Amino acid sequence: MRPAAASYTAEFEVLRPKLLAFTLLQVSDKGHAEDLVQEAMLAAIESLPNYSGKAQFDTWVYSILRHKLIDYIRKEKRGRQLFISDEEAIGLGGLFNAKEHWHADAIPTHWQNPEDLHMRSHFWEIFDLCLLHLPSNTARVFALRELMELETDEICDCLGISEQNCWTILHRARLKLRGCLEKGWFLKESNA
Amino acid sequence: MKSCKQASFLMSKKLDTSLSFIESISLKIHLVLCKSCAECDSQLLSIHTLCQKRHIDIATKDNDSTS
Repeated sequence: MRPAAASYTAEFEVLRPKLLAFTLLQVSDKGHAEDLVQEAMLAAIESLPNYSGKAQFDTWVYSILRHKLIDYIRKEKRGRQLFISDEEAIGLGGLFNAKEHWHADAIPTHWQNPEDLHMRSHFWEIFDLCLLHLPSNTARVFALRELMELETDEICDCLGISEQNCWTILHRARLKLRGCLEKGWFLKESNA
Repeated sequence: MKSCKQASFLMSKKLDTSLSFIESISLKIHLVLCKSCAECDSQLLSIHTLCQKRHIDIATKDNDSTS
């Protein structure tokens, strides 16, 4: 089954803000970010006849956009330094106590069946909210590593930061995201 | 390894690079002794794996109703 291009118009309007939010993590200029999203959508429409089914199509648009973003980041890398704000440098306040053990409110609880969650679009909505809630540079490094699958040495090269710095940012991103997902998803799931 | 904060740093780092022998051993010992950190370790790995699977199965809105 190959839905006609026209049937994707509505899908695009739903997808566009998500693509833009994802792009704005990496591209600070909003006009430029909108152009990249537009280009990715056009490229996806042009190759429509090769695709069937909505899930495949969305995956396709994201993958085109990811490649465009990676190209953009690689091109832009020279002369660009990642600015780490104080908030991001201070770190993990609230998660650990003075002895650096888990703070009573932050102890990880057991997650039920996390393996199948990639199939749940609502989970990804919570995930994206949690991601966008992180300080912007923290979210940016996390997205480059986990959603765009760059290795840390390339991230460091593109952003002009040390590898140690990169690991520190990813550490913070993962722990904050973990806590957010637990509150926003897993605790609610177990109560449901 | 003394602290959960240090252990959590290594849990995260091992998703990005190979740990040194000392780092790896001290993390393993900490995880055996600390249930909270063992939980955290498996959850960070879950997040990592889920993100990889998202590339394949991104935006499958229709599946919410089936689970």
